[in-house]
Amino acid sequence: MNSSSGSAAGPSSGSGDGSAPRRNSKRPKYSKFTQQELPACKPILTPKWVISVFTLVGVIFVPIGIAALMASNNVVEIVDRYDTECIPANMTGDKVAYIQNDDIIKTCTRNLTVPKDMDQPIYVYYQLDNFYQNHRRYVKSRNDAQLKDADQANKTSGCDPEKTTKDGSPIVPCGLIAWSLFNDTYNFTLGNKNLSVNKNGISWKSDRDHKFGKDVFPKNFQNGILRGGASLDSNKPLNEQEDLIVWMRTAALPTFRKLYGKIHQDLKANDIIMVTLENNYNTYSFNGKKKLVLSTSSWLGGKNDFLGIAYLTIGGLCFFLATAFTVVYLVKPRKLGDPSYLSWNRNPSGH
Amino acid sequence: MARRGRKRDRLRWSKLYSFACVRPTVLLDDEQPSSLQGPGYSRIVHCNRPLLHRKKPLDYRNNYITTTKYNVITFLPKALFEQFRRVANIYFLLAAVLSLTPVSPFTPVSMIAPLAFVVGLSMAKEALEDWRRFIQDMKVNSRKVSVHNGEGQFGYKQWQDIRVGDIVKVEKDQFFPADLLLLSSSYEDGICYVETMNLDGETNLKVKRSLEVTLALDDDEAFRDFTATIKCEDPNPNLYTFVGNFEYERQVYALEPNQILLRDSKLRNTTYIYGVVIFTGHDSKVMQNATSSPSKRSRIEKKMDKIIYVLFTILVLISLISSIGFAVITKNKMPDWWYLRPDDTSSLYDPSRPALSGVFHLVTALILYGYLIPISLYVSIEVVKVLQATFINRDVLMYDEETGNPAQARTSNLNEELGQVDTILSDKTGTLTCNQMDFLKCSIAGVSYGVRSSEVEIAASKQMETEASGTPEHQNVTRDLWEDNRGAYGSSEIELVNGIPSMVDKPRKPVIKGFSFEDDRLLNGNWTKEPTANTILMFFRILALCHTAIPEPNEDTGGFTYEAESPDEGAFLVAAREFGFEFCKRTQTSVFIREKYSPSEEPVEREFKILNLLEFSSKRKRMSVVVRYESGQILLLCKGADSIIFDRLSKNGRLYESDTSRHLNEYGEAGLRTLALAYRVLDESEYSAWNTEFLKAKTTIGPDREAQVERISDIMERELILVGATAVEDKLQKGVPQCIDKLAQAGLKIWVLTGDKIETAINIGYACSLLRPGMKQICLSTVSNDLLTQDANKAAKENILMQITNAGQMIKLVKDPYAAFALIIDGKTLTYALEDDVKNQFLSLAVDCASVICCRVSPKQKALVTRLVKEGTGKVTLAIGDGANDVGMIQEADIGVGISGVEGMQAVMASDFSISQFRFLERLLVVHGHWCYKRIALMICYFFYKNIAFGLTIFYFEAYTGFSGQSVYDDWYMLLFNVVLTSLPVISLGVFEQDVSSEVCLQFPALYQQGPRNLFFDWYRIIGWMFNGLYTSIVIYFLNIGIFFCRSFRSGGQTADMAAIGTTMFTCIIWAVNVQIALIMSHFTWIQHLFVWGSVATWYLFLLAYGTSTLSGNAYQILVEALGPAPIYWAVTLLVISVCNIPYLLHISYQRALNPLDHHVIQEIKYYKKDLEDQRMWKREKTKARQKTKIGFTARVDAKIMQLRGRLHKKAPSLTVQTV
Repeated sequence: MNSSSGSAAGPSSGSGDGSAPRRNSKRPKYSKFTQQELPACKPILTPKWVISVFTLVGVIFVPIGIAALMASNNVVEIVDRYDTECIPANMTGDKVAYIQNDDIIKTCTRNLTVPKDMDQPIYVYYQLDNFYQNHRRYVKSRNDAQLKDADQANKTSGCDPEKTTKDGSPIVPCGLIAWSLFNDTYNFTLGNKNLSVNKNGISWKSDRDHKFGKDVFPKNFQNGILRGGASLDSNKPLNEQEDLIVWMRTAALPTFRKLYGKIHQDLKANDIIMVTLENNYNTYSFNGKKKLVLSTSSWLGGKNDFLGIAYLTIGGLCFFLATAFTVVYLVKPRKLGDPSYLSWNRNPSGH
Repeated sequence: MARRGRKRDRLRWSKLYSFACVRPTVLLDDEQPSSLQGPGYSRIVHCNRPLLHRKKPLDYRNNYITTTKYNVITFLPKALFEQFRRVANIYFLLAAVLSLTPVSPFTPVSMIAPLAFVVGLSMAKEALEDWRRFIQDMKVNSRKVSVHNGEGQFGYKQWQDIRVGDIVKVEKDQFFPADLLLLSSSYEDGICYVETMNLDGETNLKVKRSLEVTLALDDDEAFRDFTATIKCEDPNPNLYTFVGNFEYERQVYALEPNQILLRDSKLRNTTYIYGVVIFTGHDSKVMQNATSSPSKRSRIEKKMDKIIYVLFTILVLISLISSIGFAVITKNKMPDWWYLRPDDTSSLYDPSRPALSGVFHLVTALILYGYLIPISLYVSIEVVKVLQATFINRDVLMYDEETGNPAQARTSNLNEELGQVDTILSDKTGTLTCNQMDFLKCSIAGVSYGVRSSEVEIAASKQMETEASGTPEHQNVTRDLWEDNRGAYGSSEIELVNGIPSMVDKPRKPVIKGFSFEDDRLLNGNWTKEPTANTILMFFRILALCHTAIPEPNEDTGGFTYEAESPDEGAFLVAAREFGFEFCKRTQTSVFIREKYSPSEEPVEREFKILNLLEFSSKRKRMSVVVRYESGQILLLCKGADSIIFDRLSKNGRLYESDTSRHLNEYGEAGLRTLALAYRVLDESEYSAWNTEFLKAKTTIGPDREAQVERISDIMERELILVGATAVEDKLQKGVPQCIDKLAQAGLKIWVLTGDKIETAINIGYACSLLRPGMKQICLSTVSNDLLTQDANKAAKENILMQITNAGQMIKLVKDPYAAFALIIDGKTLTYALEDDVKNQFLSLAVDCASVICCRVSPKQKALVTRLVKEGTGKVTLAIGDGANDVGMIQEADIGVGISGVEGMQAVMASDFSISQFRFLERLLVVHGHWCYKRIALMICYFFYKNIAFGLTIFYFEAYTGFSGQSVYDDWYMLLFNVVLTSLPVISLGVFEQDVSSEVCLQFPALYQQGPRNLFFDWYRIIGWMFNGLYTSIVIYFLNIGIFFCRSFRSGGQTADMAAIGTTMFTCIIWAVNVQIALIMSHFTWIQHLFVWGSVATWYLFLLAYGTSTLSGNAYQILVEALGPAPIYWAVTLLVISVCNIPYLLHISYQRALNPLDHHVIQEIKYYKKDLEDQRMWKREKTKARQKTKIGFTARVDAKIMQLRGRLHKKAPSLTVQTV
């Protein structure tokens, strides 16, 4: 400090001057970052902002909601539950026995009326209910390596309990999912003309190209004592077995639809389609419903009002909130930055 | 040559005791060497034969000290143990182990990788911190000291190699390497001076004295054949006692603490000493005092643990629900699910043994829902805290130019605790003061001299001036300057805060250390022209003669520096020299003064014979010398506390009493330390009669000698004639009063715990405005009674209890809300007050007082007081100190702050934070503490929110999968959720969030109260956030399920599989939580933008990258092929973001609109630049924002203003404030 006088009183004689070089090295370097002074935007939720945000959300959401609802309304959907109908009257007491009896011919005919004009393509779905494709035991029971690569046919890890046949040769495709492949079939006739169902391109292209090998053929499939679902044509490579590819995409919920095929033909209102179906798949064990669905598609996909309603609700709510806040600000305005709202001004008695 | 130098030393140095102390030469005779037997007194030291101490049972601990937590071998187990003391980590460890079994719903790597990362990072941090401690220890252990190697040869050895029984030679200004028995010193009479700063914080030197019998051992050769045996007490932490016997040449001598030199104290003013090592390393008293540093955890973290327990409960609950559900379904339904092959299952899914499957599933569920517990929470908090600590370390505004030390967060565990401090317990010496006195004013013959004003006066006058004029220019020079002018901010922040001296009219730069006096009437010999020149002469002579200091020539300047017992004395001597009375030499019997009545004339050296010296003691509160002038005249010169002196004035000595007493009051108000000076003329016969009595008393043998001497002294110190009074400013450290003021405004309570005597402590209390005139002081004291028997003990305790009760009642009876009380208590009383049955009453009394000062407290008591406050009030305490005597309290307090820069490092080593000046405490608490508190609080709340939001969606999905334990998300999504996708935004929140800028924090200390009142981490808020998480999870799950239910989600007719729904839901979560954090933040730099929006972008990038590999299973090409082209994917995202965040937006909009918090309003004021438009309002609010403080500068200034106003009304002739 003032070492010039040198007349220090008391025993303590200040810090040594020898520390000068050390000093500089210890001095923190100034930067806006280390001093926490970086330029920053500090948005403040002013009434203007609140009202605009809510209004904006309303303005965006309501049209989206309307568009979504309209899209959903334009979709024409025919849903037909057939599991209860396609059972002979004498067998309704024991459906499981009926379905498990391979000797009974399970062909069944249904007539569907087209309610509105349906433009092609018309998508054919089957809908299962109470079928837990998302059960952990089920989901895990597959082996992707085996599906992709012919050399890896032996890789059946994870496929329990459909791993190998009794004599130990690997099942391709192994696992519960493939084993329980859906095997009802549908044939459509309009009048007396056959409506062809195009089963190509119902699966994702990437699945066909990369996940199911073109040189992998089904082996030992459905050879066990217990038959699951459909058999596969062992001369067709897996990447062409599109029903399997679709089935292998396990559904998230116990009620699900899967694409069966496409009909490339426009249907007129009141057309009557005759469906000849083979009711093979056992859902009677677990009281699952089976439905056949014919549906057109919009830009948003199938028929479901939920999205549109949700958008409209939120849009409406935001308009309401915008109004409500406008009212609040009008009725009980608070000047921004009004110091009288500071805590020490509000309760003068102190904290 | 060295020999001669030593002789000179002896001549000069060994004189002191002849005045200061009476050497009790024959005392040993009546003190029987105590019989040292029984437990606690078993130590035997064979002096000079350290080899004997290599074998059992005399193989005592070596002198190696270690303060590290781990060593190479113990690090791994111990550090791992530390890590897994956290329940959450144990849980994750178990989960990781179980993930290797088929029970786990996830792949092992997705469980082990995050855990390894998290634990590894924390352990790396521990290792680094311990390494630093190790380096510090090594430095101490490898210090060198000269040790006897046998044959009279001394050589240097490292401290760690010293053994018990070694003879060491310690040189001037070296630390003692262990506890030593002093054998001899460079002084013939075996005394040495010791600085015990590191032990008790006192800077004044203490005299230690060797036994008579070992005096001869004063050169290296003498130790060739020296042997002796010491039998003494076992190692113990008591610094002030020592019991032992010294057996030498077949005689036994008793040892006292006076012969013991303690480790970590320093040899001063003595060329060298010889000593025998008695206690080494961890046996030494100072190390025994060091309790192992406790690992501290902040309150927020403790509360966080509770939240984690809550989450665990929820976790266990939903796991139970899951597993029961699973068992029921497995039993009842699964047999029908032929597609699961119920006939061929493992025990995990066995319908015939549902209970067993249920148990297995419980484990699965516990792992599956583990996402409720944020695994990355601890590690994120650790990262955030380290970064926050870096900001503290790098803050240039907490860097001290003088010592070159920046602030240092030594542990980063307690950053947020800094924002919640309620009570500060502060050491005095070296913390509040720099222990340096400045002679500022004096009153001689009823006239006050000295035109400079003390800090308090200047601030008061500034304030008045501002209030009177209120013009912008004036505002600029006072409080507001620094915030409007950010350029000047960094350099002189503190002075400007309260318009303190330095910049206005005269630059206040004391040219001479210890002397800030300025008055032409006295300086430059002008005093001779004053009408009362004779009295002034007497005044100066008392200053120059009545002391126990020793001059030391200063080669550089040709002047003298003074080694004085107290800094006051040093200041007096410097003052006397400046007035022309230079104290230049002291001999056994005389003091030589170079007197110079005018600057031009040559100094005349006068000899004053010192006939007697009546010592200062805190009981007597005065000291006197009897001198014989060259003319033969005998005078008694006396200085002492005014009350004592005034009582002893003779009838004709009271001429100046009223004036002086008025001046003394003024000085006291101005925060100065005062002493009154008086003299008495003695005639020869009177003196010689008294002197015989006095000598007799002094040579009395026995316990009543002290009393005798005191009584005789008392007889002489009467009939005094008052000369005047001195006023010395105890130099506080820079910015201390302002800092205390700000801290008080922030609502903090400040207690001072000092080892100093009560008067000094009170003076400092005044100087830093913890006390002020008009404050009611409650002094708790004991009847001084040295022979405390059991009965007396009890009586004393009852007496204290009564005092406490009375004081408590008095406080209750006072109605005036502005009445302030101060509690002053000394160490002895404190021993009683801290006893279990009294301490609660004591605490409640202390809490009622605006300031508390504890004097004469031992380090142990400091720690006890700290514990009392901490446990009694349940609030956060902060202890700040600089010396080793503060270590206990620093470790005991919730937060320990060490002052670095002074020599001792113990306090710093034990502390959690170190700063180099007390004043930086303000910034540390009010800025960094406030920020860190809010950041951590928000961060933790957000953490729980996001993990609940995410974790519960997994649970809902379970209900749709027959509770089978399948997750809708890909393992990789889950792995990335905590570690990558949501970690950086929350870290940026924890590191960079600022509700208000640092300037505003400093201007509105009241904002700090948000911390101690815990506004941001109370259960209301925490539960609110948890509900927000619950809400978000519900919205995300059910909107997605509702929208994707059964429909095709693309124009191509494809339906959504589990991967598509899972990915969409996960996208929604990532968006929702990141938008949520953006809504929490109020301060966006590019970093926050980068992290928040970067995280969202990372998610999409990850999806793209993940989708390119077929290893991703059903997620292959999911974004490019399936979701990206589907409008519904984007529509759902937008919908969910909005629905999730609207309630929070609504909440904050509503709160801001109708019920804004302080920082909201201030943000608005700043945003609209209202502070610039309406400066008057801004200033008014800043003033109002202060808590109604009863202590601190502001309160003091207010009091002073009232007083000055009063005086103006009366049109008093003079104003004391003359600077402005």
